[in-house]
Amino acid sequence: MTTTTTDRAPSPAAPATVSPTRRPRRRPGAAAPYGFVAPAAVLFVLFLALPILYAVYLSFRKVQVSGLGLGKGSHVEVWAGLDNYRNALSDPDFVGSVLRVLVYGVVLVPTMLGLALLFALLLDARRVRARSFSRVSIFLPYAVPAVISSLLWGFLYLPSVSPIVWVTQKLGWGSPDILNSDWVLFAIANIALWGGVGFNMVVIYTALKAIPSDLYEAARLDGANERQIAWRIKVPIVLPSLILTFIFSMIATLQVFAEPITLKPLTNTIASTWSPLMTVYRDAFVRNDIYSAAALSVVIALATLVLSFGFLRLVQRRAFSQEK
Amino acid sequence: MRLHTSLKVAAVVAATALLASACSSGGSGDGDGKAAPSGGATPTDPAQKIELTYWTWAPGMDEVVKTWNAEHPNIHVTVNKQDGGDPAVTKLLTAIKAGSGAPDIMQAEYQKIPTLVAADALADISGDLGSDVKGDFSDGTWQSVTLGSDAVYGVPQDSGPMEFYYRADIFEKYGLKVPTTWDEYAQVATELHKKDPTAYLGTFSSGDAGWFAGLTQQAGASWWGVDGDAWSVDIDSAATQKVASFWGKLVEDGVIDNKPMYTPAWNKGLNDGTQVGWISAIWAPGVLSGNAADTQGKWKMAKLPQWNAGDDVTGNWGGSATAVTTQSKYPQYAAEFVTWLNTSAEAAKLLVSKSGLYPASLESQKTALTDPPEFFSNQTDFYTLASQISKTVNPFTYGPNVDVAYSAYNDAFGKATKAKSQQAFLDAVTTMQTTTLGDLKNSGYNVKE
Repeated sequence: MTTTTTDRAPSPAAPATVSPTRRPRRRPGAAAPYGFVAPAAVLFVLFLALPILYAVYLSFRKVQVSGLGLGKGSHVEVWAGLDNYRNALSDPDFVGSVLRVLVYGVVLVPTMLGLALLFALLLDARRVRARSFSRVSIFLPYAVPAVISSLLWGFLYLPSVSPIVWVTQKLGWGSPDILNSDWVLFAIANIALWGGVGFNMVVIYTALKAIPSDLYEAARLDGANERQIAWRIKVPIVLPSLILTFIFSMIATLQVFAEPITLKPLTNTIASTWSPLMTVYRDAFVRNDIYSAAALSVVIALATLVLSFGFLRLVQRRAFSQEK
Repeated sequence: MRLHTSLKVAAVVAATALLASACSSGGSGDGDGKAAPSGGATPTDPAQKIELTYWTWAPGMDEVVKTWNAEHPNIHVTVNKQDGGDPAVTKLLTAIKAGSGAPDIMQAEYQKIPTLVAADALADISGDLGSDVKGDFSDGTWQSVTLGSDAVYGVPQDSGPMEFYYRADIFEKYGLKVPTTWDEYAQVATELHKKDPTAYLGTFSSGDAGWFAGLTQQAGASWWGVDGDAWSVDIDSAATQKVASFWGKLVEDGVIDNKPMYTPAWNKGLNDGTQVGWISAIWAPGVLSGNAADTQGKWKMAKLPQWNAGDDVTGNWGGSATAVTTQSKYPQYAAEFVTWLNTSAEAAKLLVSKSGLYPASLESQKTALTDPPEFFSNQTDFYTLASQISKTVNPFTYGPNVDVAYSAYNDAFGKATKAKSQQAFLDAVTTMQTTTLGDLKNSGYNVKE
């Protein structure tokens, strides 16, 4: 699961071009904007806001069974209070999955953003051959759906069908079975890395392209070499893009689902509660307990909100000060 | 002017809302009431045409149904192909909860029937079935559609008695004897792995809870039970522990593989002869011909190894019944179709040839199964042997939270097979018992401990 939002890439160096044009006078047709907004607003309410509210409602409900639980009337939906939340937060499987995903994020996010920044800087450097070919081939994995890429990587990981293991065997290095070892977390992170670097690279590269070249000329006149230009000028200017990609990656990490659930049948090491979203899936669709699944979803959504906004607050002043 | 614009806005809002609700309600049928027309087995009014929908994932079922539709112009059945057992059950439970959208007829795996009955999804069709239907099935099979009550929640379609499949050519090459007891199975597994360290007699799969349940069924386990008006959970019985400890030892010794079945690696093993045997069920020929096409004619089927020499019992892996849902408006016509599908000689022939099923009906087993499956054309007594085996299936009761027990199996035995320790296998059984029992109690079921 990689970042899928296609937000506008920020253009930090864009000059403020708000010219003092005439303000439109208040006219009788002032309600027209609401008319234009209405379709989007209605769709938003129907397909996003209402389902979220319904999920919150469900998270406070549960089914009470009586007797053998067979036949009509033996299953009654009742008010559960905070029971579902209490069970979720005290479930060692869920807590374990949260911790696992935090480790996963610590492994994945810095590696992915580091590589994305490196590739973007390399592509932006002077004297690059095959620039557009490199850009497309790094970006291309992002276009492969996560389920497909997980299947492909699954084949590459399974020792008896993997060409990589065939090579290591020929070289006398044995046949590593990464899916059935404690390294399975890295196997999953690798798939996300492969799929995610390209997207983040494009976001950063776009920001680099917006830097006016007179900055570089000035730096060169002052005797800066390419590495110094990259480190002292380019990186600070694209910092807002880095923060944006960091938040996207963090959210994608918390929501990791497609890769582990696709690899799960291939191995003994990925439990049905490997990641928080897999636990939600198990509760909702394996155990048919949508109430517990709703409570878990609310917990995950809140945690994502707190982490994203907390991080934004933390870095906002530093990163975006130059825009104001 | 202002009012005019507001009106326009309102119109846009209303149009969008209409569009949205039209989209969201599309495809669902009307499910209010079950006002079925009174009458006999066929519609009394010749102009009246009954439309029935049928959810199934069995291959070739639309061709079987085509024959019914040709013969019964007034009762038209539409096959709605499903992805498989689990997604279909999830869809059905959602439709039952929503009050509409369920089909009339539903394929239901035996282990899912208690879950579906608990959710009030399956109709009791005991009043709509002929009195001769029950006699066409073995007692064990019939019990799985009645749950031991007077109600009947479906008609059995196919069953999955378990057998031992092995590569006859490789057995011959290494001079191995086909095991008749589990002790011999362990010996053969050790011997084979010694002669060819890349080869295994089989694998212990943490991905297939139904497979393990079938093996414990053979050993005499029944994971659930009904005691008066209370459920009991008996997963950690001596029988289950015996099976777990047996396989745990083999995995610990490394003479049996510990990777899941149904992976690309496992398929390759079946094809290249490193998976030399497979504990499977009567439907195995279909899987083998799809996953290991290169090995046609090299496999043979034998009875499952026994716990005590001289015993003759087996378990079940897979198989399903055809049920009528509580949302069907025409339960008696649906029941008529279901009876035809699963007991008539005509349908049995089609189920065998088009869908590759092993019919649960005893009469159909005799009449429809003559030639061995193509993949086993070397074993001419395939179905004679299969029919003997299918009579020796031990009884087994499934409970209302099979899904919980099965997902607990996947996780607990995933850990145990990775740890490769016999003790971990026994611990996994305890975990399954605690999880399953705890879930029943938490949900409020009457539970006897």
